[in-house]
Amino acid sequence: MIKLIEVHKIFGSNQVLRGVNLHIHRGESMVVIGQSGCGKSVLLKHVIGLLRPDKGQVFIDGQDLLSCSEKKLYEIRKKFGMLFQGAALFDSMTVGGNVGFGLREHTLFSQEEIKKRVQEKLKILGLSGIEGLKPNEISGGMKKRVGLARAIAMEPEILLYDEPTTGLDPIMADVINDLIVRLKGTFQVTSLTITHDMKSAYKIADRIAMLYDGRIIEIGTPDEIQKTKNLIVQQFITGSARGPITEREEMNGIKNEIVG
Amino acid sequence: MVWIEEEKFYAKGYNPGMRRILSEIGKRFSHFIEETGKLSIILIQAIKGIFQPPLRLQENLRQMEEVGANSLPVTIITGAFTGMVLALQSFVAFKRFNAESLVGTVVALSITRELGPVLTGLVVGARAGSSMAAELGTMRVTEQIDALSTLAVNPIEYLISPRLLAGFIMLPLLTILADMVGIIGGWFVSVCILGANSVVYIRRTFDLLEYQDIYSGLVKAAVFGFIISGVGCYEGFYAEGGAEGVGKATTGAVVKAYILIIISNYILTALFF
Repeated sequence: MIKLIEVHKIFGSNQVLRGVNLHIHRGESMVVIGQSGCGKSVLLKHVIGLLRPDKGQVFIDGQDLLSCSEKKLYEIRKKFGMLFQGAALFDSMTVGGNVGFGLREHTLFSQEEIKKRVQEKLKILGLSGIEGLKPNEISGGMKKRVGLARAIAMEPEILLYDEPTTGLDPIMADVINDLIVRLKGTFQVTSLTITHDMKSAYKIADRIAMLYDGRIIEIGTPDEIQKTKNLIVQQFITGSARGPITEREEMNGIKNEIVG
Repeated sequence: MVWIEEEKFYAKGYNPGMRRILSEIGKRFSHFIEETGKLSIILIQAIKGIFQPPLRLQENLRQMEEVGANSLPVTIITGAFTGMVLALQSFVAFKRFNAESLVGTVVALSITRELGPVLTGLVVGARAGSSMAAELGTMRVTEQIDALSTLAVNPIEYLISPRLLAGFIMLPLLTILADMVGIIGGWFVSVCILGANSVVYIRRTFDLLEYQDIYSGLVKAAVFGFIISGVGCYEGFYAEGGAEGVGKATTGAVVKAYILIIISNYILTALFF
């Protein structure tokens, strides 16, 4: 369904992705874990064509995102729903306007029909009756859920989650995890989640991949990841301050001092 | 490492300071070329977006309200007081050679040809241009523009096209209004305060005023409207770096629009001669 082949991306002198290979099957929930700033968000933006790789290819359903026309790219994007880290709700519109945005833009449904569908989606996420509020009038957890409602409004085949639990209290984080699992069950979507919240990763993933140093260094089921022999992955999933990741960072710091 | 290289250049007679200056100039120049390219791409796509379906009537009207209707008070005040002060100043000057009767002509010509469009452009530039940059900039840094793309809506067509159209249409309309209140303001000062004869003043106002004067002013206004929206949207659309970036984009939008308006005003005036 989603296939990334040798994706490279450089920002200025910073090589963010150095050859990412990732294959996500239809109906699968893939979670990419990694440290903050390791390029997870960049990876996600490549999948939906917000960023173009400097080298490599991205295929969605066999369609190459790089070689297709702009019009085709927007066509492909209709298969996607994306939940942003900060929800990215349009603050000029009401909650209802946000959730119904895709329907108003891409379908010929009547106002009534759109309203019905918006209410339906909000109800799935436990948010009935807030259509008339503006995004700045609701809490962070509600914003995330409204963002999720907007992402699923067009009933997409693929859902992308950008750190879905970051910035939420533990209970709300688990509510979101539950919703993600439930959406997978109800709509049979393929999903790609990036997170550094291991609890969330174990709960929602069919497979977990770890992004480190611009490459996928390990990929496997949550069980396999937990039993990994890779010391880097071990350090990350146990969340310890000592290990190969931090040692390498220290070495880089010393190297920079000598060179600089 | 670096200083060894410079030492080598220095020994050959190169000046390391010069090298740095040249590389800085080169960097600025390539940056300028890049910006110009990005601006052209955005503008071309936005203009295309105006004519391509979906036409988004509601969004267009909303922007016209924002640029046009909401700029009415400030435009009226600017127009009226400019006409008034112009009458006062030219009355004082013309009195010295007994040509007070020409005040009406001077006011009408200066307002329609020059001050109406330019002042309206500057005032609306400060008001609407800055708000476009701030709004789009905030949308950029909070990922709302990316969100539009992921919802399969082209953000340039959705956000920039209606604003460009609004600037292009509303600026001439606001200028017509500024022209009118300016001329009325001039009449008010001359007749009611300085005691000029109303009939003579009005005749002098319209005797020498030609269609060409008004029309050249309106063409200018349309160009200024295009500049204001184009620059404001561009600055906001490519804002980066959080609140600070949005602030920079807003300032940049106003300053660049001002400079472009002032320069293009001269060029357009020269063309219309």
